[in-house]
Amino acid sequence: MSVVVLGAGMHPWGKWGRPFTEYGVAAAREALSDAGVGWGDVQYVVGAATIRNGYPGFVAGATYARALGWSGARIASCYAACASGAQAIDIARTRILAGLCDVALVVGADSTPKGFFKPVGGERPDDPDWLRFRLLGATNPAYFGLYARRRMALHGSTPEDFAAVKVKNALAGSLNPMARYRGTVTAEEVLASPMVAEPLRLMDICATSDGGAALVLASSAYARRRGATDAVRLAAVSTVTPTFPSTVLELPEFATDSRAAVPAPERPFRAAVAHAAYEEAGLGPREVSFAEVYDLSTALELDWVEDVGLCPPGEAEKLLRAGDTALGGRVPVNPSGGLASFGEAIPAQAIAQVCELTRQLQGRAGGRQVEGARVGLAVNQGLFGHGSAVIATR
Amino acid sequence: MTLAIEGWFVIEEGGTHLIGTRCASCGTVAFPPRSGFCPNPGCESESVEAARLSRRGRIWSYTNACYPPPEPFVAARPYTPVVLAAVELAREGIVVLGQVKGLTVEELEVGMEVELTHGPLADGPLVWMWGPVS
Ligand SMILES: [Zn+2]
Repeated sequence: MSVVVLGAGMHPWGKWGRPFTEYGVAAAREALSDAGVGWGDVQYVVGAATIRNGYPGFVAGATYARALGWSGARIASCYAACASGAQAIDIARTRILAGLCDVALVVGADSTPKGFFKPVGGERPDDPDWLRFRLLGATNPAYFGLYARRRMALHGSTPEDFAAVKVKNALAGSLNPMARYRGTVTAEEVLASPMVAEPLRLMDICATSDGGAALVLASSAYARRRGATDAVRLAAVSTVTPTFPSTVLELPEFATDSRAAVPAPERPFRAAVAHAAYEEAGLGPREVSFAEVYDLSTALELDWVEDVGLCPPGEAEKLLRAGDTALGGRVPVNPSGGLASFGEAIPAQAIAQVCELTRQLQGRAGGRQVEGARVGLAVNQGLFGHGSAVIATR
Repeated sequence: MTLAIEGWFVIEEGGTHLIGTRCASCGTVAFPPRSGFCPNPGCESESVEAARLSRRGRIWSYTNACYPPPEPFVAARPYTPVVLAAVELAREGIVVLGQVKGLTVEELEVGMEVELTHGPLADGPLVWMWGPVS
């Protein structure tokens, strides 16, 4: 028995300024229609949550269920920062695998305020996410800047390499009607954009967006009964934590774990997230046709390319320069346009990644279609140690 | 003298020290200090003691904030970019993030040695900072 994607739907990303429920409901209705499943047939609803403006739990499964019309379906909500969507998928998938339901709807959506993400208000010195702003002024881009500078020192990456990632992803995004940024850009434009967090410029860093994404998941038996004999299969969902000692300074931490007593693990966190998915799917990086990676910054995409095993450490620039990771290349990375073209709508983003896996594997990705796509990988990392990776196959 | 956070660092005549915790059994260090038990999952010890961390380390990476960070950070007016460094302490095997004092982002390099000091936030309280080796 396996779990398949019966339908996928999205509300276009943007800065629409509407309530998030609208985006989630639009995405859900599109996913249901894509699946040919009625809302009343859905047995289980999972909402990917975010925590915004001191109102935890508002962006939740029941919010969408109510908007769609109370149906008496079973319900769940989950929060795992940027990995919320992947965990929502995992919860629905697990319940289907357990035989407790046949068909489930997974929804994530967000409306984001302008500017830097900032922590929930008030005086909260017990919360590291509040303290890092208070004591250090360490924004999210500051951490991305640290990783980028580290990469430059370790592997000789240049700002021109980072700009080339943006150029590549903007081109892919220009072919995606769901993306927020649809224009192509030049390296000169990236390199002339204002510096935000050395060495990263405005166009190296992903924006925050409004958007919604939804999936209808079903057991393969249910899909067959509906006549869907060749549906995209979820081969793995990995949601792992780091292994002690985690020696990369992770957002929003003040320090790494100590390797005074225990040596660093064989795989750092991001590599471990992908590895667990490969193990579960019984596949390896060589079999990956394309990958959606969490490019919070241009430089971070290069880290991910290595972490998911598409090349050895330090060689991501080589792939980039050879066009291997571009559309039409050997293994396209972020054929959707990635966060560079979408901006981050936190609880929707990991679900949107799986929407892209689905469209690519179905051969329905239009101008950005990866030829002969058989295996798609999506990876993501949420605050506080929430890893996630999804492998889908056809 | 008001510290921006209690128990994470101490300012003395001999210099500023970060205060972490060290497991009495396996030697694992933690910063910020934590109470209760050892963070090493392979260690059963519940005996963790406050420990002063090395005052010198090497830059693991660095960056700056070209725009004023949002609240609860209090930005100086006029604003000068906050410089941040993540510094690796060899003996403790950890990397600790801090603001940088007395060095611009152009003067920093990965691998460069720095020393712990302290300085004020824009609204007054003191915080630990990384600075040039004295
Ligand atoms: Zn211990």
